[in-house]
Amino acid sequence: MLSIKNLHVSVGDKPILKGINLEIKPGEIHAIMGPNGSGKSTLSHILSGKSGYTVTDGSATYQGKDLLDMAPEIRAREGVFLAFQYPVEIPGVSNVYLLKAALNSIRKHHGQSEVDAMDFLTLVKGKVRLLDMDEKFLYRAVNEGFSGGEKKRNEILQMAILEPKLCILDETDSGLDIDALKIVSEGVNSLRSPDRSFVMVTHYQRLLDYIKPDFVHVLAHGQIVKSGGPELALELEEKGYSWLEDAEASA
Amino acid sequence: MSASTQEINNLINQEYKQGFVTELETTTFLPGLDEDVISKLSKIKNEPEFMLEYRLKAFRHWQTMKSPEWAFVKFDPIDYQAISYYSAPKRKEDGPKSLDEIDPQVLEAYKKLGIPLDEQERLAGVAVDAVFDSVSVATTFKGKLKDAGVIFCPISEALRDHPELIKEYLGSVVSHTDNYFAALNAAVFTDGSFVYIPKGVRCPMELSTYFRINAANTGQFERTLIIADEGSHVSYLEGCTAPMRDENQLHAAVVELVAMKDAVIKYSTVQNWYPGDKNGLGGIYNFVTKRADCRGENSKVSWTQVETGSAITWKYPSCVLTGDNSVGEFYSVALTNNYQQADTGTKMIHIGKNTRSTIVSKGISAGKAQNTYRGLVKVLKSAENARNYTQCDSLLVGDQCGAHTFPYIEVKQPSAQVEHEATTSKISEDQLFFCQQRGLSAEDAVSMIVNGFCKEVFKELPMEFAVEAQALLGLSLEGSVG
Ligand SMILES: Nc1ncnc2c1ncn2[C@@H]1O[C@H](COP(=O)(O)OP(=O)(O)OP(=O)(O)O)[C@@H](O)[C@H]1O
Ligand SMILES: [Mg+2]
Repeated sequence: MLSIKNLHVSVGDKPILKGINLEIKPGEIHAIMGPNGSGKSTLSHILSGKSGYTVTDGSATYQGKDLLDMAPEIRAREGVFLAFQYPVEIPGVSNVYLLKAALNSIRKHHGQSEVDAMDFLTLVKGKVRLLDMDEKFLYRAVNEGFSGGEKKRNEILQMAILEPKLCILDETDSGLDIDALKIVSEGVNSLRSPDRSFVMVTHYQRLLDYIKPDFVHVLAHGQIVKSGGPELALELEEKGYSWLEDAEASA
Repeated sequence: MSASTQEINNLINQEYKQGFVTELETTTFLPGLDEDVISKLSKIKNEPEFMLEYRLKAFRHWQTMKSPEWAFVKFDPIDYQAISYYSAPKRKEDGPKSLDEIDPQVLEAYKKLGIPLDEQERLAGVAVDAVFDSVSVATTFKGKLKDAGVIFCPISEALRDHPELIKEYLGSVVSHTDNYFAALNAAVFTDGSFVYIPKGVRCPMELSTYFRINAANTGQFERTLIIADEGSHVSYLEGCTAPMRDENQLHAAVVELVAMKDAVIKYSTVQNWYPGDKNGLGGIYNFVTKRADCRGENSKVSWTQVETGSAITWKYPSCVLTGDNSVGEFYSVALTNNYQQADTGTKMIHIGKNTRSTIVSKGISAGKAQNTYRGLVKVLKSAENARNYTQCDSLLVGDQCGAHTFPYIEVKQPSAQVEHEATTSKISEDQLFFCQQRGLSAEDAVSMIVNGFCKEVFKELPMEFAVEAQALLGLSLEGSVG
């Protein structure tokens, strides 16, 4: 699905990612943890095509294609989805309008016809129920006046409707209350399938109780300093990151 | 700057599609302006004597006035002697009786603009008056309107056929001394539309005028007068285009609306005069005075405008709320790009009791353009319980453009409530990236964001116009699901 090799990324002159290697197979869930400012969001952004970053070395291959060479909207249409750490507001554009436009642009890319209005509403309403949201959110402007947790849930709604192949969740759990975390996790779990992969950026072991990862990676100072199974997250919860950083410094 | 700001700028820079010139045989006055020119103009239009007197009175007053300098726009002084004050396609002595008599080139020009004058081809339900340079060349659906008692004709024709209505109403809302450009217009106006809706009549179709400037070095001075008698109802649309030329051309129109007791007038404009090229060369100077008098109780006038064209726009469609309980509304989208300048807004003058006004202004600036909202809300002592709500939003695209807001509020009646809200925002790269990450192209994303920004105004436009307006901004309509 995704193969990242020796990826180096800078903002201006400042190197942020310094040689990331990551191999993600279809159906796998990878959790990425790491201290603030270590480059987790930068990695999410570079994979989804945000401008303002320079790749100075390395590569990322998605479904056999050079991912870094694709325009952001093409990546999206090919199945790369980013649930943003800080979702933006778009005043005047209703959620349901954005969803329909997004779905149709993806369908068009795959040679499918526009979605029928009735089918679309049925689909959307089903997903709204799945995430235990109020239908009124559909008709409100995208994220405008949404609470922090509502914005995050809205991201997962979009993901559920667009059915991407590679889902990157950047701290989706931050700001969710305990009930919401459960609902969102159930939503994500319902999307799990043998041909869909997840990259979950998180600071908390709690999320991983609900969504069991296959791998856990620790990102520090722009590098993956440790990888392991779900037990690594528990260890981190207990010890924090400093033991890893110390190990890295002495290595 | 980054790629995406560049992209936004490219998207906003669309080509002007109505910039063609039609080659025609015309009757055109030599440039210059004096009393003889005005007499000649009045004569060629077969006007009654009182009209010539009115024009000369206005001209004499205009000569004592100075071009206004208070607006937030910059331009070189206009040489009024270098302009021709009359240009018309050559035609038979007493004007065309049917479409067959109109120069086929003129018909072709309108067809190219998407305004076929052939009634069969027209959108059912919209009657069109087509004004080409200084004259009205055709008015469609006259018969059907006549059956309803509605008068819809070129104002030059109304001068001959309904002089009593003209005498009573022309200049009764915008006097010939009102301002510099209104005085000039009163002296030299050439054509425009006249509408009279009799008592209790709901106009059976949308009325529309399409203004086209074709000839070079001419000014277009049109005059529109709409009278809605007691309990009547009318929706009127206005559209405008001009060829691409390197010289600036002057368009100084006056529009007067009169709404009697319980009458409703809805006036919508899509203004797309040639804006000049990317470097600010050429384009139309659009200096327009539009005013409505809500003369009767419970009358209502609603102005909706989408202003995308012109090098300079100077325009403040206003409502004088004379009648008790009368209502004035102003909904505006003004988009400026490159070196375009717009100084536009409205005036709401509350005179009657319980009068209400609503102002929603959306300014979008891109490139190096300047966009100014200037609005006056005035509540006189007599206007007990008057209410006004004003909302002024500016959207900036890129970082070299400007948005300015000048709200003037004068309240002489303590029971009045006046509310003003203003915001300025930018299309952020984060918004753009978010949309792209959901699969939309940058182009569709900008359209969607601008469209969302203008939504409150677009929903006021009649359907046919909403589509045109959105296409103009390079937008697609929001789906009916939204
Ligand atoms: N546009 C930018 N200009 C300058 N520095 C940047 C820019 N974007 C990211 N950085 C820096 O790169 C580093 C990594 O940032 P990033 O947002 O990827 O961290 P993160 O791991 O997601 O942190 P958090 O856990 O707080 O979300 C930080 O030091 C940040 O300040
Ligand atoms: Mg982050």
